[in-house]
Amino acid sequence: MINATLRELSVALAAKRISAVELATLFLDRIQRLNPALNAFITVDRDKTLEMARAADVRLAAGDAGPLTGIPLAYKDIFCTEGWLTTCGSKMLSNFVSPYDAHVVERFKSAGMVTLGKCNMDEFAMGSSNETSFYGPVKNPWNTDRVPGGSSGGSAAAIAARLAPAATGTDTGGSIRQPAALSGLTGLKPTYGVVSRYGMIAFASSLDQAGPMAKSVEDCALLLNAMAGFDSRDSTSLERPAQDYAHDLEQPLRGLRIGLPKEFFGDGMEPGVRAAVEAALAEYRKLGASTVEISLPSSGLSVPAYYVIAPAEASSNLSRFDGVRYGYRAPEYVDLADMYRKSRAQGFGEEVKRRILIGTYVLSHGYYDAYYLQAQKIRRLIANDFVEAFKHCDIIAGPTAPGTAFEFGAKSNDPVQMYLSDIYTIPANLAGLPGMSLPCGFDAGKLPIGLQLIGNYFDEARMLNVAHRYQQVTDWHAQMPKGSA
Amino acid sequence: MSLNLDQVERIARLAHIEISPAEAAQTRDRLNAIFDLIEQLQAVNTAGIAPMAHAVDVSQRLRADVVTETIDRREVFQAIAPEAEAGLYLVPRVIE
Repeated sequence: MINATLRELSVALAAKRISAVELATLFLDRIQRLNPALNAFITVDRDKTLEMARAADVRLAAGDAGPLTGIPLAYKDIFCTEGWLTTCGSKMLSNFVSPYDAHVVERFKSAGMVTLGKCNMDEFAMGSSNETSFYGPVKNPWNTDRVPGGSSGGSAAAIAARLAPAATGTDTGGSIRQPAALSGLTGLKPTYGVVSRYGMIAFASSLDQAGPMAKSVEDCALLLNAMAGFDSRDSTSLERPAQDYAHDLEQPLRGLRIGLPKEFFGDGMEPGVRAAVEAALAEYRKLGASTVEISLPSSGLSVPAYYVIAPAEASSNLSRFDGVRYGYRAPEYVDLADMYRKSRAQGFGEEVKRRILIGTYVLSHGYYDAYYLQAQKIRRLIANDFVEAFKHCDIIAGPTAPGTAFEFGAKSNDPVQMYLSDIYTIPANLAGLPGMSLPCGFDAGKLPIGLQLIGNYFDEARMLNVAHRYQQVTDWHAQMPKGSA
Repeated sequence: MSLNLDQVERIARLAHIEISPAEAAQTRDRLNAIFDLIEQLQAVNTAGIAPMAHAVDVSQRLRADVVTETIDRREVFQAIAPEAEAGLYLVPRVIE
């Protein structure tokens, strides 16, 4: 049952082979047993979970169930969940019990999904290794000396270790795709605006997008069906007709043109990653697709542009954490300004403070044009590259990350090295395009490797189709870490 | 470009984050490494390129100027405040 797909779980629940309470108990027991060594969850609340499971069983018995009713789901701790601690991986929110649900949470609750708990993450989603969390690092279930990736590292480790059948993540510069790659999972970042950001604690609002993380493409499609949709409370939520993302999964790939950006296949990629990605492309040619070299000439500027734009937006978004209305307040201070300064100094971790300072600087008087505006112009150049590229191909493929899961501490003292682990994922965020990562092999150390797909705007269904056909002829995605049986 | 300690302290002041002299020195070194990376942007000719503020070009939606949220949740919201009283958030005195 722990390896079952969401569709299989749905069938088992409908056929009464298992109840939602039994299913939730199975995963809660695994969390109790395996989480202490992994640290994938920040909050687990057995009573609340079982209460939701009982309600799902009532719906199942009454014939009022949808395809996801009764299936357990874990949330990255960036999603506000009413009545649950919602920390965003920060001391700043270590006492924040959310008074409301995020739109994504509302959607999954009304679909009858059962909340398993809140997953660990890099503080305020700022990190690529899950080492910046106030709640401590998450271990990669494939090798516990290694990071799971980040920022959605807890979600990734929870699924990889079969502590949850699926989880939500958020992706500002690769935070769904990179941990999915490093932990051997399938994860999808939709086109910007497809999923509402309401109740998702803001990092960089023009880039943040929520998406599903799971063991397979089909699972991601079913979850995206529930997550996507218009919400008036997010001013950038897009009004689009509802779509069944699982509908076209089986379409043949004959005639598909896969674009390979030459900038993604240069130096800097570990040899094991290159070999696995090239083997995946050979698999696609067997499926009837052709590959064509394309160029994204400005994509090399993505990391520097991102580290102006994202910190700038973060410095503005995180100004709300001032110790007044909610969250951490320093115990001692002399006046109001001192209360702000001390609450923020004590409540934020080092990486978060660093990014707030970068953002404050690039937005400050005299530097705005040179940094922020220039970065936004370069963002346009990067987006234009994709527009041009999609004239020659239907989908883009390449590595998700330059290497496999690295050791704890390997990059945590060198922010720039850490930032460069998102070199292949950031371009899609800047352009607003949908992207995903799916397992395509292992390196010599038995660490998972991710293949990245980038689709055109709103082309999630096609991207899922392309990814699904690959999973039908390979079994990388079905493998699980040894210690997790 | 390279930040000095005074600039780091000034930025921290603008950001309302207390910073000790020891932290300021380490922060300066880390920020300067990041700004070395960012500096690449300066070499790019962006004349005539419109800045891209958002991922998708859409205009802001307008709605009728009427009350839509009618449930008063003041108590729920203030229950999680560090200090609240009589419907007000309490902070140190700012006006003598």
